[in-house]
Amino acid sequence: MESLTLSDVEQKYYSELFLSCDVDNTKKVASNGKVLDLFRAAQLSNEVVHQITELCGATRLGHFGRSQFYIALKLIALAQSGLPLRVESLNSVRDLPLPRFVMGKNEQEMRHAVMFADTENQGPYFPRPPGRVQAKKVSAHEMIQPCVPTVDPQPDTTSPVVSPHQSPPTSPHAWRKHKRQASGGNVDRQPSVPGVVWPHFREAQPGPVTGDGMWSAHSPPPVQESWVSFTDTPPSSTLPMHPPSAQVITTVRTVPSAMTTNEIQRQISGYDDPWKITDEQRQYYINQFKTIQADLTGLIPGSAAKEFFTKSKLPILELSHIWELSDFDKDGALTLDEFCAAFHLVVARKNGYDLPEKLPESLMPKLIDLDDSAGVPEPAPEVGFSASPVEVTPNKSPSMPSLNQNWSELNQSNEQWETFSERSSSSQTLTQFDSNIAPADPDTAIVHPVPIRMTPSKIHMQEMELKRTGSDHTHPTSPLMAKPPELSDEAKLAATIKFPGTTVGKYIWSKSIYSSCYYRSHSGTSPEGLKVVAPPPPPPRPHASHSRSSSLDMNRNFAAVPAGPQQPGVVAFPPAVPPRPLPTQTSVPHGHRSVEGDGLPAHTSTSPHQMPEQPNFADFSQFQAFAVDQPADDGENASDKTTGTMKTAKNDVQSEERNATTVNSAKVSTPLAPPPKPVRRRLKSEDELRPDVEDLPQKSNVIATVLATQPSIPRSIGKDKKAIQASIRRNKETNTVLARLNNVIECDHQERISLEVQLEQLRPFSHL
Amino acid sequence: AEICITSMDNYPLYIRSIPTQGELKFHYTVHTSLDVVEEKISGVGKALADQRELYLGLLYPTEDYKVYGYVTNSKVKFVIVVDSSNTSLRDNEIRSMFRKLHNSFTDVMCNPFYNPGDPIQSKAFDSIVSTMMVQAC
Repeated sequence: MESLTLSDVEQKYYSELFLSCDVDNTKKVASNGKVLDLFRAAQLSNEVVHQITELCGATRLGHFGRSQFYIALKLIALAQSGLPLRVESLNSVRDLPLPRFVMGKNEQEMRHAVMFADTENQGPYFPRPPGRVQAKKVSAHEMIQPCVPTVDPQPDTTSPVVSPHQSPPTSPHAWRKHKRQASGGNVDRQPSVPGVVWPHFREAQPGPVTGDGMWSAHSPPPVQESWVSFTDTPPSSTLPMHPPSAQVITTVRTVPSAMTTNEIQRQISGYDDPWKITDEQRQYYINQFKTIQADLTGLIPGSAAKEFFTKSKLPILELSHIWELSDFDKDGALTLDEFCAAFHLVVARKNGYDLPEKLPESLMPKLIDLDDSAGVPEPAPEVGFSASPVEVTPNKSPSMPSLNQNWSELNQSNEQWETFSERSSSSQTLTQFDSNIAPADPDTAIVHPVPIRMTPSKIHMQEMELKRTGSDHTHPTSPLMAKPPELSDEAKLAATIKFPGTTVGKYIWSKSIYSSCYYRSHSGTSPEGLKVVAPPPPPPRPHASHSRSSSLDMNRNFAAVPAGPQQPGVVAFPPAVPPRPLPTQTSVPHGHRSVEGDGLPAHTSTSPHQMPEQPNFADFSQFQAFAVDQPADDGENASDKTTGTMKTAKNDVQSEERNATTVNSAKVSTPLAPPPKPVRRRLKSEDELRPDVEDLPQKSNVIATVLATQPSIPRSIGKDKKAIQASIRRNKETNTVLARLNNVIECDHQERISLEVQLEQLRPFSHL
Repeated sequence: AEICITSMDNYPLYIRSIPTQGELKFHYTVHTSLDVVEEKISGVGKALADQRELYLGLLYPTEDYKVYGYVTNSKVKFVIVVDSSNTSLRDNEIRSMFRKLHNSFTDVMCNPFYNPGDPIQSKAFDSIVSTMMVQAC
């Protein structure tokens, strides 16, 4: 056998081990029994053990002499470091970490060992980070696992073996601080980590669960990686995960050098939150996550997580509880944050901490993705985890108001530590914020427009509708705009959406129903902004002579008046019902105002006969002609006509009368030369329409604008097909608009009629 | 009052009673009500499962208490027994109770560590049920 040179430490260690194995004090140990147990405790595979025994010559000898034993131990250390087992390397490898054995040391012993070994480890012990021997770091590591002081070979005891060993000079003793030292030893004085599971989810390792065993090279690679990121700073206090307590062995979380001092201080001061995850831990968790799910933004399915966490050897019930705590969005899968939380809880549990009843805030998955490597976006659809930075949208996770707890640890520095407590408080704010979600936004509320009693302000409604149909409305629009707030949101939406006029017709239609009702209902309330609505002017009082029956007269009058001031207005609006005679009538007036009068009479003449249907035939034609000539007038007249048409569309004689009245009123302003009959009518209409005038102008304006918006309606007859079609389209649009208006006017008219009747009834008494 | 959850084989997964004395009577009631549940869910032969209402409603009233049933699509049955004197409980409330139960049960199921058929030992579930029962009783 080659001579074996051992360092002092090794010498000491080995001798102790030998002594422990050599219970018989025979200075040689049999290959069976304790030695094998010890070797097995080294967490090496059987083959390796065989190889070792062979190499060290025990097979030759049949037993382990001291030298063989030492060689074997050294080989074990080599194997655990991941180095190939070579006899030559026995002496060549410097600073080989001592072989680790997972012996069943109870935690107390461990702790004692720890304390013994490391005087400065006063506080909590930290379970050895998974960073056991790193293969790469063999030279640097000083993973001193075996309990020096308590070398009690109880291979089968469950407690972790490791006790902090007096680190060799190369390795900084602060075992708390695990810093990855490129050259220096890894301070791994870890107090035995009792169950700290640290990465130690051994795959099918029997024996003590305590993670120490993991430190064999066989432990999952991620284990190695984690903890490896130890910064190169003098060991300082470890990051106590849990409040210092002698009984508790906390996981060792080394702080990156960058934050060493601060971290340490913070840790000491940050004991208030035992559930904080250090960066190291987090990094480790992330690495573990990667082994299961390469995509950090992805989810770990429940089954995979189950397998993974089952390795921790925790009882299923506890694992179930941990799962419940950590699966925040209850989706049966773990996001990165959830996984880290679960892992953290497992580690804590392994360390003896009881599981909390509810997830600690610091473990809550965060909504805001921290701008760090670990800040992997976590698509939690249900919850709306916004992995993307700053995507705090409480709205998205009403169920997790405090999800904005960041695990800021990630690469964040000390501020994160501090922010933790802040986060805790912020969680409440977040919670409150969430509670503010779904405010009663009146705009979004769906209010059903409930028609209430009808207000007499039909005219206003019409005006409003006209305004809506129109484009620029100053104060006509105000009622319109003012109305929406009062109206249901749908109506408002309709108003806002349809206001442009594209769907004027539809809008007016709906509006007509609503507006009338709303108008009425609000008329008395004088809603804000409804300037026009507020005091609705009294409905235009139809001439006494022009009651229902008079409508016919009016129509006749209209018919008699070929060219009347009325006509253009009426004509301006295409009738809601496309009148068949329209073509004939349209042919009559062509861009000639006087023609309108002709058309109108024709229209009116026909209207009596076709009252319910086509009172505005002439109107249409006249409108066409008129609109071409005088947009303004047309507008005005058209408005009247529109109203008229609307009414007629309703097949209401009264509407016709109104038409007549409105037309007449419009006519008043028209420069058409009134033939005698039209004159007469005009006078009459003036009387009748006077009251209407004030009501209608706005409507007229609206209609005028509506019409004005339409390009001059070409004489359909004289133009080519395209123009005709365009005009037809326009006319149809106006048709619908006017139809709506007509409906509205119809309602208004009805009311006016009733009022008139009442007035008539009262009149006789007025003289009394 | 009592809440009982039974698996498809009518094996109890979870039983909780308030008050805790006189449990036996509740258990017996639940047991007998299972027959009614079975009858209800088997009676809907023509309808597909998804058309079947999950909430079975009042299974049968006895002199002292009312029994409500609810069955999930996986034939897991929830049974709630409440005192008849507790007239304040309306059908809607019972429905909401079942809904909550179902949601909590789903959460339990989502836990990969839970094997269907095991008794439900989730503390979260317990707390939810307790809260509910306290409200109802």
